[in-house]
Amino acid sequence: MAASRPTPEGHPARGEHGYETPRDAPPPPVVALRDVWKSYGAVAALRGAHIELHAGEAHALVGENGAGKSTLIKVLAGVRKPDRGVLELDGVRTEFKGPQDARAAGVAVIHQEPALFPDLSVAENVFAGRQPRGRFGRIDERAMRERAHALLARLGVPLDPRRPARGLSIADQQIVEIAKAVSLETRALVMDEPTAALSGPEVDRLFSVVNALRAESTAVLFVSHRFAEVTALCQRVTVLRDGAHVSTGPLAETSVDRLVAQMVGREPDALFVRRREQRPPGDVVLEVEGLSRAGAFRDVGFHVRAGEIVALAGLVGAGRSEVARAVFGVDRRDAGRVTVAGRTLPGGRPRAAMAAGLALVPEDRRQQGLVLAASVQRNATLPRARQLSRFGFLVGGAERRAAREWAGRLRTRYGDLDDPVGTLSGGNQQKVVLAKWLATAPRVLIVDEPTRGIDIGTKAEVHRLLARLAADGVAILLISSELPEVLGMADRVLVMREGRLVADLPREAADEESVIRAATGQEAPA
Amino acid sequence: MTVTTRPSTPPGGRQQEGRAALLDAVLRFRALGLVVALVLLVTTTWLANSRFLSAQSIRDILLSAALTLLLACGMTMVVVGRGIDLSVASVLGLSAFGTATVLADHPGLPVPLAALVGVGIGAACGAVNGVVIAYGRVPALVATLGTLYVFRGLVYFLAGGSRISAGELPRGFLDFGTARVLGIPWLFLIAVAVLLTVGEFLRRHRAGRDLYAIGSHEEAARLAGIPIPSRLLGAYVVSGTLAGLGGVLYAARYGTVDASAGYGMELDIVAAVVVGGVAIFGGSGSVFGAALGALLLTVINNALPVLGVDPFWQRAVVGALIIAAIALDRLVALRLAASLRRRDADVH
Repeated sequence: MAASRPTPEGHPARGEHGYETPRDAPPPPVVALRDVWKSYGAVAALRGAHIELHAGEAHALVGENGAGKSTLIKVLAGVRKPDRGVLELDGVRTEFKGPQDARAAGVAVIHQEPALFPDLSVAENVFAGRQPRGRFGRIDERAMRERAHALLARLGVPLDPRRPARGLSIADQQIVEIAKAVSLETRALVMDEPTAALSGPEVDRLFSVVNALRAESTAVLFVSHRFAEVTALCQRVTVLRDGAHVSTGPLAETSVDRLVAQMVGREPDALFVRRREQRPPGDVVLEVEGLSRAGAFRDVGFHVRAGEIVALAGLVGAGRSEVARAVFGVDRRDAGRVTVAGRTLPGGRPRAAMAAGLALVPEDRRQQGLVLAASVQRNATLPRARQLSRFGFLVGGAERRAAREWAGRLRTRYGDLDDPVGTLSGGNQQKVVLAKWLATAPRVLIVDEPTRGIDIGTKAEVHRLLARLAADGVAILLISSELPEVLGMADRVLVMREGRLVADLPREAADEESVIRAATGQEAPA
Repeated sequence: MTVTTRPSTPPGGRQQEGRAALLDAVLRFRALGLVVALVLLVTTTWLANSRFLSAQSIRDILLSAALTLLLACGMTMVVVGRGIDLSVASVLGLSAFGTATVLADHPGLPVPLAALVGVGIGAACGAVNGVVIAYGRVPALVATLGTLYVFRGLVYFLAGGSRISAGELPRGFLDFGTARVLGIPWLFLIAVAVLLTVGEFLRRHRAGRDLYAIGSHEEAARLAGIPIPSRLLGAYVVSGTLAGLGGVLYAARYGTVDASAGYGMELDIVAAVVVGGVAIFGGSGSVFGAALGALLLTVINNALPVLGVDPFWQRAVVGALIIAAIALDRLVALRLAASLRRRDADVH
């Protein structure tokens, strides 16, 4: 039985490992990954990652978006198999063939969005697939409820085990997942940005639960962008950059500045050409004032001038895409005003936004941007179907001419204009989405993660294209999680954090450090 | 155990309890609503025509409800797991014709053995559906729409326009179709026994709960190590088996079987399940709700003619009920989503 040793802030002093019986040699790590490589197609997500989780220690994993944190977690969870590298449990080399193997080995993963069964009760969620059974193999509902109740009480969270999981807050859903992990006698608890959607008191509650588990010698891996939380919870930190291991060490012996430097630590990608031709921007074309949507973002205001590229930076989940969707009118807004070239847009009407000259290239092109089964031609001309049709029928020739023109301008590689878009590569799909909106000759173009998951060559083409559009006087709002892209392309960088606009940095003031600091809420050193 | 955590109530905890209670009330209200509708309908009809509650009339209703009830049990299992089985009526037809043929061709055959043939045919058909859907990953709607035509086509091929009449069937078999215990038809008792068994299975057994888990969130079920394909296969085999049993009972009750036995019945079954509160997208609902739905639809079909309602309106009433049931589901979901959004906004 281990006693927890909370400091007045509710978390133990740093640097202690919580080993109960230190012997001559320290015990091997509960879980360890050594030199792990993993590629998705041509994209290398992990290139020699390395991590050790020790009993009773909370280990932080930090890195930029795209550094490979999520992939590393998927490997630990048994969801993805590494291409190369070693997985060790208690110093013994092993392999996870699926999530069940990881679970059986005592590795529990809590994802950012918990995977609960909304229709089942809290108790059933905790014991899904392994409900306690009584006579005749019947589920002993009472025992199940009581055990769930005991688990939740032990975690200090009085949830009713009988209520359905539907309607639980994200924080409570995570507690249910943790209860599940505890009931499985978990030895290593992996949490992927568990605090991203939590409020202050909810974070405190989560941390006291995690500290209690740690005191019982559970190993913890904590992925977070918030340095304040990392330093509050963890004893050790590993920095990952571009899929590779950068450093591991006690948190007490490093500083936030050093961590940020290690996370960034590279020259802006040579392929991101800094835009040269700087013209004085024109009039304000897009103006957003006091835009709010309950549960997503609050009081967001900014403007974009003709010929200007304004980047909207921030962490995943900061509310950037939600702002874009509300500006365009796909989502309703609760308050605020959107003006395009002096015309106020009615909320919740994408058609009015299009008529005013607004175009949105959404984040998830497969789900939101394309009709995958339809032809390249049909997709590329979809928003203009009205202009291209006569008496309500699409005229094949006009449709084909317009599609061919834009495909050529964007250098899209396709077999035939009649091929389904789903058969194209990611980069070329993205070009079709761009073509579809550029053909409407927009005054304001909102692009959400335009280069995610596409190869470097195509990426550079997309960048050149955006720069050319800006030079032609289009106002561009660029949402991107890739800092080099943001810094290379933007005239101004807006930074969002937790649903609020927290910084408006002119090009001169924007560098990797200032943006990361604003996005993570870390103050500059005094 | 010395776990020190701050004794904190979850933010918005009380509101959540309140919402859970509201949801509970709505769901119970659903069952209650069905009972109230049933009672109202029966009373009105009885007041209009007292013969509606004669013993014979009640027996007729129970007899016609029996088949719907039986098939609704299997359909509930499938729909809870986020599937659908449109082939049940064709399976019923195939089984009815198969059983009747066996009995007509082998007069000496014991009736239980013939019944086993019918049930076996149903199980085999269910296994075909299950394999195609669970292992072939074909959407259930498409797969069972296909087998609806295939199985029905098979009956037409075997029957070739002929029919088997009551005269060709053994006496004992036909008697069973109308036999009663304490005035209650055997067929209805069989359906109730199946109902109780399936109800117990879905509520209190791991495999049954797994179906709810799969229908509620398939990816989470996979992560929880639930054997999804074998569970789905099981659900379709049960649905087919019950449709096969339904075929045997159909032959016993009507005595005359041709290739169109049970034609079009699958939609009545789906309607009963949906009206009974089983969510069409899986994860929630109970077999007892489905049974109430089956009973209500049967009573409607029997009562409206007595009340002198135009047949067109009978269909419209059933349609309105289905839409109302689904609208209620959506309303509950939207309500919950909205209150969640509001709560999150408070926290920020």
